[in-house]
Amino acid sequence: MKFTEEHEWLLADGDIVTVGITTYAAEQLGDVVFVELPEVGTEVTKDDECVVIESVKAASDILAPLDGEIVEVNETLPDNPSLVNEDAMGEAWFFKIKVSDMSPMDDYMDEAAYNEFIE
Amino acid sequence: MTELETTPLNGLHRALGARMVGFAGYDMPVQFAGIMAEHAATRDRAGLFDVSHMGQVLLDGAGWTDVALAFEALVPMDVVGLGDGRQRYGLLTSDDGGIRDDLMFARMGESLFVVVNAACKADDIAYMRASLPDHVTLTEITDRALIALQGPAAEAALAPLCPAVTDMRFMDVIAADLSLGMGREEVPVWISRSGYTGEDGFEISVSASASEAVARKLLENDDVSPVGLGARDSLRLEAGLCLYGHDIGLDTTPVEAGLTWAIQKVRRAGGQREGGFPGAETILGQFADGAARKRVGLKPEGRAPMREGVELFETAEGGAPVGTITSGGFGPTVGGPVAMGYVPAALAAPGTQLFGELRGKRQPVTVAALPFVPANFKR
Repeated sequence: MKFTEEHEWLLADGDIVTVGITTYAAEQLGDVVFVELPEVGTEVTKDDECVVIESVKAASDILAPLDGEIVEVNETLPDNPSLVNEDAMGEAWFFKIKVSDMSPMDDYMDEAAYNEFIE
Repeated sequence: MTELETTPLNGLHRALGARMVGFAGYDMPVQFAGIMAEHAATRDRAGLFDVSHMGQVLLDGAGWTDVALAFEALVPMDVVGLGDGRQRYGLLTSDDGGIRDDLMFARMGESLFVVVNAACKADDIAYMRASLPDHVTLTEITDRALIALQGPAAEAALAPLCPAVTDMRFMDVIAADLSLGMGREEVPVWISRSGYTGEDGFEISVSASASEAVARKLLENDDVSPVGLGARDSLRLEAGLCLYGHDIGLDTTPVEAGLTWAIQKVRRAGGQREGGFPGAETILGQFADGAARKRVGLKPEGRAPMREGVELFETAEGGAPVGTITSGGFGPTVGGPVAMGYVPAALAAPGTQLFGELRGKRQPVTVAALPFVPANFKR
């Protein structure tokens, strides 16, 4: 698993990367009350705004960590946004992206580096 | 950046694991267990809030009528007619009819006790000192904390410390002694039966030195949870209560803000003490002719919150904005987004369909009656 400085986690399986936010990020956001997901089939470029998350406190975005195509989204989240607080690193993944060039993955942090980053 | 001030309960907040933020120059708890949980705890049982950042002021003069008449020159409220031990909501108005601040004022014997917003208190105090006649003295109280205890279990939580509170009605004020037990000295306090959540509850003005002991004593009750500024905001929003600097300010009048209920008949046209407050011409003119725009409740469709600054439109496409949201967010008790904002008077009727522009897309939002959650006061 890899981590971005925007507190996303990335899990690669072949050329498909699953994207979510870290438990730390979910704690910082507070109670999540709204999630808007991209449409399946959307072509995204790194740093495109893909997901809108609103907590009781504030709105924030998830940026595309890589270039690719959104191939699946977690349909349960819009109806059950609090899942992000309950299981950020598991059940509450946001989208899966089909990536042509995986090399940018190498630039992202591993778990040890991320844990140091949030210290 | 200037150093944040702390309230006498700062150590308690930190001991309770609060997440702290800077607010109106103070280091304040934004949340403890989480905004949703704290919000629900207040609606279902009782929440304890530190509101010591607010300004507490005493006005004294040659007796009640003297003080009250002096204060009436600054606010469009009936101050003279306020009974001893009673509290009212008030507004400091500006010369052009805007709102300098909103406040609570109470008669305690011959004195007037005023609680003003934290962010406004320095300006308010300077303004009052400059405006009040010399024979009225203003004392800023800086050695007292202010603790709000709000929710249906508030009375039962406070009564063991002070049985007299069970006889208080909404907007009553008493001076009393709290008994903390264990042979500890009694704590003199001022208690009002009021708050900022739409729930029954109290605000307790207590010496800084005794405030943590009082807060800890109340928190010993399983029904009482510490609550931060986050839930304070969602609670007041659901209750349809204005947040100064957002829903009301120098650019809004009391009539536009829908606060005419706070201006008693005696100060309106034809009343015994008609006018005589800053902005009277504008404000009484709007009483007669109506205001061009009004503050309304707004219920966005779907789950996406519409927050402060979202522009409102009459149609799904095209046209210029007709209004703006002044506060909005997720209402935990409502279970969906709620907001307030200003719209033209012709579009202010509950049920009117409007559109709020969210991330470039216009989403339906309906004008709704306030409050979103019915008030639960002990009348």
